[in-house]
Amino acid sequence: MARDSSAAASPTGRGIELVMLALAAVLTTGALVLVEANQEQSLTTDLLFVGLAYLVLFSLAHVAVRKLAPYADPLILPSVALLNGLGLVMIHRLDLAYAAQAELRGRPAPSELIGAQVTWTVAGLVLFAAVLFFVRDHRTLARYGYTAGFVGLVLLALPAVLPSSISEVNGARLWIRIPGGPGIQPGEFVKILLIIFFSAYLVQKRNLLSTAGRRFLGMELPRARDLAPLLAAWGLSVAIMVFQRDLGSSLLIFGLVLVLLYTATERISWMVIGLSAFAVGATIAYQLFGHVRVRVQIWLDPFEDYEGGGFQLAQALFGLGTGGVGGTGLGAGRPDLVPFAETDFIFASLGEELGLIGLAAIMLVYLVLITRGLRSALAVRDSYGKLLATGLSFSVALQIFVVIGGVTKLIPLTGLTLPFLSYGGSSLLANYALVAILLRISHVARAPLPQRPAQPRAPIAEASTELVQRPDPANRRGGTTPTPAGEPGPAPSGPGPAGPGPSGPGPSERGRSDHS
Amino acid sequence: MPELVLQLTRGGFLALLWLFVLLALQVVRSDLYAASGLKSGVPGRSGPKPSRIRGAGRAKVARQLLVTQGPLSGTRITLDSRPILIGRADDSTLKLDDDYASTRHARISQQGDEWYVEDLGSTNGTYLERNKVTGPTRVPLGTPVRIGKTVIELRT
Repeated sequence: MARDSSAAASPTGRGIELVMLALAAVLTTGALVLVEANQEQSLTTDLLFVGLAYLVLFSLAHVAVRKLAPYADPLILPSVALLNGLGLVMIHRLDLAYAAQAELRGRPAPSELIGAQVTWTVAGLVLFAAVLFFVRDHRTLARYGYTAGFVGLVLLALPAVLPSSISEVNGARLWIRIPGGPGIQPGEFVKILLIIFFSAYLVQKRNLLSTAGRRFLGMELPRARDLAPLLAAWGLSVAIMVFQRDLGSSLLIFGLVLVLLYTATERISWMVIGLSAFAVGATIAYQLFGHVRVRVQIWLDPFEDYEGGGFQLAQALFGLGTGGVGGTGLGAGRPDLVPFAETDFIFASLGEELGLIGLAAIMLVYLVLITRGLRSALAVRDSYGKLLATGLSFSVALQIFVVIGGVTKLIPLTGLTLPFLSYGGSSLLANYALVAILLRISHVARAPLPQRPAQPRAPIAEASTELVQRPDPANRRGGTTPTPAGEPGPAPSGPGPAGPGPSGPGPSERGRSDHS
Repeated sequence: MPELVLQLTRGGFLALLWLFVLLALQVVRSDLYAASGLKSGVPGRSGPKPSRIRGAGRAKVARQLLVTQGPLSGTRITLDSRPILIGRADDSTLKLDDDYASTRHARISQQGDEWYVEDLGSTNGTYLERNKVTGPTRVPLGTPVRIGKTVIELRT
């Protein structure tokens, strides 16, 4: 990359990134202090060190960005830092609550979650730097498109194939648990691998897929044989739903493929076909599978089965209601009353303690993250980067919609983690890798154009092949003029005085168009 | 800890959270006015840029190149004095992914206050409106330049 005077002149945004990272660290420390104060823990200077350590951790990530992708978007990393920080504080807060609960019931305190989550955060940031280091140009990912797709499929199928003692947790088979070691949820990584694959595939096959078939209701329908990728994605989603009982991933993967297809072909008919296929799949799933029916029943009326299946969602709704507009204050609520408050329902926990005002801010931070990704997709100048950035940003958006929609009873609840907030190592690692790729694309999009010297040789090389390729009648008549005088199509040459068609020799043709 | 202090810190934390959001939106806003993903403004550092833009606005000089049709539709490139290379080559400023475009298809360069388009010996030609470009041709503002399936325009 050329580091010349023009590079110095165009702003990189690294300064504002550091400022916002510092603000995120201050917010995280403040949240931690509030939790400790409200939970009547002793306020010591240790808390400041924790905040400082957090700032140092993200400053290292910032240095990595400064070295490896100096023109990357300045807002993505601070948004991630804030979300991750709030998530850590909330998990610590739930640890305190669970310990208090256990003490009240005379049971031994459950093991703390925060230690593992901090370890995963550090690992995530290491992975973040590693991805930035190894992926110097996002277009290299396109070369591994099919490999990524294959690995993704294998990872996806693995938990379903493995014995359920290894893969099954709470009724969903999506884990790979090494005995004695940490468990991994491969589904989170599959998301990224499939985006890499589908973007590469669609860049190659885009023209084919947007070939018009029959017209119907004002839309151009794709040809029947081009439906294969969509059908494959649909089948994959159904398979995940049946074999792994993971509604969230199923929805996520199908939605991703649909959006990537639409982005690549710009045809609304793909959306219509895809959404109809989704409706059909959802109806059939509702009829056939008990676990889907239970989810829908809970969604329609969580209070009907309050003591049973609806308990979790009902408690979450009570929590959000208790929080109200302003929230109870960090550490002053009872978010531990919701089962799985630290993973799927961390949004309800935050809602109880920060209120609508806090939740709106958190959702805006997510919105900033997503729009910056989509903006990179608009700004980057190659098709693969556009599709990749769109897919990655949209996957975050869809995941947030599915989780928050589920927790707030807008849509049936499906198990997905909230990126960066929820407890879960695989989710954190995968999302840090995702953000690193987004930063790489935004770096390519925002970096100043490389200064390149004029290359007079190349056009001549082009011109020589051109004469061979185009046996134009005008060229043949006019002799061996090097000017591409003939027009290949029926495009008329407008109000030119020489009349229709290039009949004159090269020089006069050139003279005519000079003053037009 | 007294109740009043807790309530104040609670409000203070939410205010700080929104300060973060507003700061982020401020950066987004300044980026919008920078017109392009190629160059993004950052608050506090936008000293010389507005004056240049304001000065250029009076003279009706093209400041950006907008792709209006084709796969890259919506892409904007902020113009500076350097020429814009268009083609399928990897080092093009605007890299087309189009079977109808040549590796080095066309160049748009500045001479004085005007921008000129020049065909670099492409197979399928470059068209200014409906006229084929054979030599360096001035590109007025808002006039479509067609290259393969892509149409670009200069905008202020």
